[in-house]
Amino acid sequence: MRSSFLQCCFLAAVLTLSPSISRSQPQDGRPRPAAPAFAVSPNDADWATPAKNTAGTRYSELSEINTQNVNRLQVAFTFSTGVNKGHEGAPLVVGGLMFIVSPYPNIVYALDLTRPGGPLKWQYNPKPDASAQGVACCDVVNRGPTYSNGRLFFTTLDAHVVALDAGTGREIWNVKLGEINRGETMTMAPLVVKDKVIAGISGGEYGVRGWVQALDAADGKTVWKAYSTGPDQDVKIGADFKPFYEEDRGKDLGVSTWPPNAWEIGGGTVWGFASYDPDLDLIFYGTANPGPWNPNQRPGDNKWTNTVFARDPDTGQARWAYQWNPHDLHDWDGINENILVEVVWHGKPRKALVHPDRNGLVYLLDRTTGEVLSANFYHPVNTHRGVDLKTGRIRINEQKYPHEGKVIRNVCPTAPGAKDWSPSSFSHQTGLLYIPHNNLCMDWESTEANYIAGTPYVGAEVRMYAGPGGHRGELSAWDILAGKEVWTIKERFPVWGGTMTTAGGLVFYGNMEGWFKAVDAKTGAVLWQFKTSSGIIGQPTTYRGPDGKQYIAVLSGVGGWAGSIVSGDLDPRDSTAALGFVNAMADLKQATTKGGNLYVFALP
Amino acid sequence: MRRLVAIAAAIAVLSACEREDREFRPPPVGTEAEAPVTLSSIAPGTGPAERPGEMGQAYEENAYHLSEGKRLFTWFNCKGCHANGGGGSGPALMDDSWIYGGALLNVVQTIREGRPNGMPSFRGKIPEEQIMQIAAYVRSMERQVPQDAAPGRNDDLMPRPSEHRLPARPAVPGGTVPPSGQAPQ
Repeated sequence: MRSSFLQCCFLAAVLTLSPSISRSQPQDGRPRPAAPAFAVSPNDADWATPAKNTAGTRYSELSEINTQNVNRLQVAFTFSTGVNKGHEGAPLVVGGLMFIVSPYPNIVYALDLTRPGGPLKWQYNPKPDASAQGVACCDVVNRGPTYSNGRLFFTTLDAHVVALDAGTGREIWNVKLGEINRGETMTMAPLVVKDKVIAGISGGEYGVRGWVQALDAADGKTVWKAYSTGPDQDVKIGADFKPFYEEDRGKDLGVSTWPPNAWEIGGGTVWGFASYDPDLDLIFYGTANPGPWNPNQRPGDNKWTNTVFARDPDTGQARWAYQWNPHDLHDWDGINENILVEVVWHGKPRKALVHPDRNGLVYLLDRTTGEVLSANFYHPVNTHRGVDLKTGRIRINEQKYPHEGKVIRNVCPTAPGAKDWSPSSFSHQTGLLYIPHNNLCMDWESTEANYIAGTPYVGAEVRMYAGPGGHRGELSAWDILAGKEVWTIKERFPVWGGTMTTAGGLVFYGNMEGWFKAVDAKTGAVLWQFKTSSGIIGQPTTYRGPDGKQYIAVLSGVGGWAGSIVSGDLDPRDSTAALGFVNAMADLKQATTKGGNLYVFALP
Repeated sequence: MRRLVAIAAAIAVLSACEREDREFRPPPVGTEAEAPVTLSSIAPGTGPAERPGEMGQAYEENAYHLSEGKRLFTWFNCKGCHANGGGGSGPALMDDSWIYGGALLNVVQTIREGRPNGMPSFRGKIPEEQIMQIAAYVRSMERQVPQDAAPGRNDDLMPRPSEHRLPARPAVPGGTVPPSGQAPQ
């Protein structure tokens, strides 16, 4: 156990000695992973949903901006959202209009791209309850709207889902799905599947019982609702449920793997990006951490927290599930993106799902069955020894078990994990995955958590710091089949925003100092960068404008859990501030300030 | 000389008694509602607004009340949002900026009545006396209480310099702009 960590340390030490970009040979002549046919849209000039397509690849076929000319990229226009909180959203573009949702107070703006400078066409203010700010664990972020069939759907911090007429901004329906007095908020970008809007609840740090719902896109009425904990009936586990591994089979595991009634306040919220395979007719999404963080108060596997579910979008019935981290020890939400790819595995074509988890492993799953094909480390890890591929279960290092009242030092990765919500992208061109991630370790003491409805339910004293090497973030290109890094770019701060790739051979991402960068997707060479007004934690997108030119768009405005030291004016003298993240971010206040701006770039 | 030492020792001992004095039936705090608890530095007419008075000062000078406040700060999950004073989803309490006023009675009102940007109202949930103790402890986070009464280090993971070791830093008067971004409307 210890030796594996020493190896990690040693590897990291070697990496730090080599130049900032390290390369190894990709692919080894084997067939590359490919995007599923339903995610390929050669003539699509728009960007209608945050993850671009339902496979979640975040790849655009546009190639006017490419490795040869990207160094001439310049600002085309900007727009202020008027809000100084963390901007984790994605600017969407459909039919000459751009749509943005601000962080709380969740104002929606539509910009008219047919006119010079992209002036405002309409705005919509949902006027969410201001008190919702008090039950949002990690800044008051929103991860973007989604567009379908003339309508724009988005969530508000006070747990409403709203549908607008995309052309006029007129409200079509507005439904309240959660109660902020119980700590329930919404931050997720919905996903539209056929005629249904899929949205989940946030609040895993408040003892919220997580769920996902499908709403009728026409009127907002709930079609089905599936909880993440509790009896099979509530979790929508029935005759169709065929999990791959033995440990996930049995009746009412969402009750029996908890102390009596603990599942009622057990977390498993749903706030990441969902994906959808129209051929299998399955949606895929992850559930978040169990509550409280302190694992001593919830002996058992705590199903179905930290789990990926495959469900029928029409009925909500679960087809399979796999628990990334049974009996979670470190707040490792399983909500990270599940990107759908086609691979050839041991000579056989497989419909796969790739998922970089908070626990430091990139998983490759068969998305028809939930079988783990491989799980490889992309972050220094000393808390476990990877996955036993026979049983599917992660092998825990008992020495790092957070017993109550004992300070466990040097725990890697941290509570936000090797990677938090920040979505990776998959290039249809290179077949590589581009993972924005952290490089952090922490000290952790479990303390007794007290459940008071509407207040945090955590029970841990945490302080984080830079991992081996001293840098706190990385953008890594990942070979999915070989399960190893191809190149990596080290960043001073965690890479908290998303990545986007294009047929121009480029990867775009921003860092928390405010630099927005274009990188050669093959080599990792930084070809262009621009300093925006505030740190970037948003999701870049690209589109072809009404004038026929390609544009790149990103929101700048630091915040989120990692940036809350700036957006929330936190005091770095307390190492446990922001659930321990402030200790690792103490110098962010010197590097950037609050902001809230859209930047759009184009070639001259 | 020896007599001087003896007198000094006696004074020290007696003041320590004061510091450690446990009032099992402290004076009623309900009358605090009649005290001037203003959030503004200005008032129409002449002179500045009347600032909160010294009511409740006994809570800030008493080590027992402060240590009870520290225990209750964890017990009622204040810590879940404000961490050990550095803040999180709630604002930092160990710095000198106070959105809704930094005087003891301002803090008492904030806890009891709540505030519109996310502070819950604990009216009817926490006894008045315990609210006073928590508020006094909150004031100790930036050492606005006597050093000899402020709590010492934690038994748990050491998150920050102990309350009694920080330099005293009075609150900036009049509150500050709320950290939440203001919406353009």
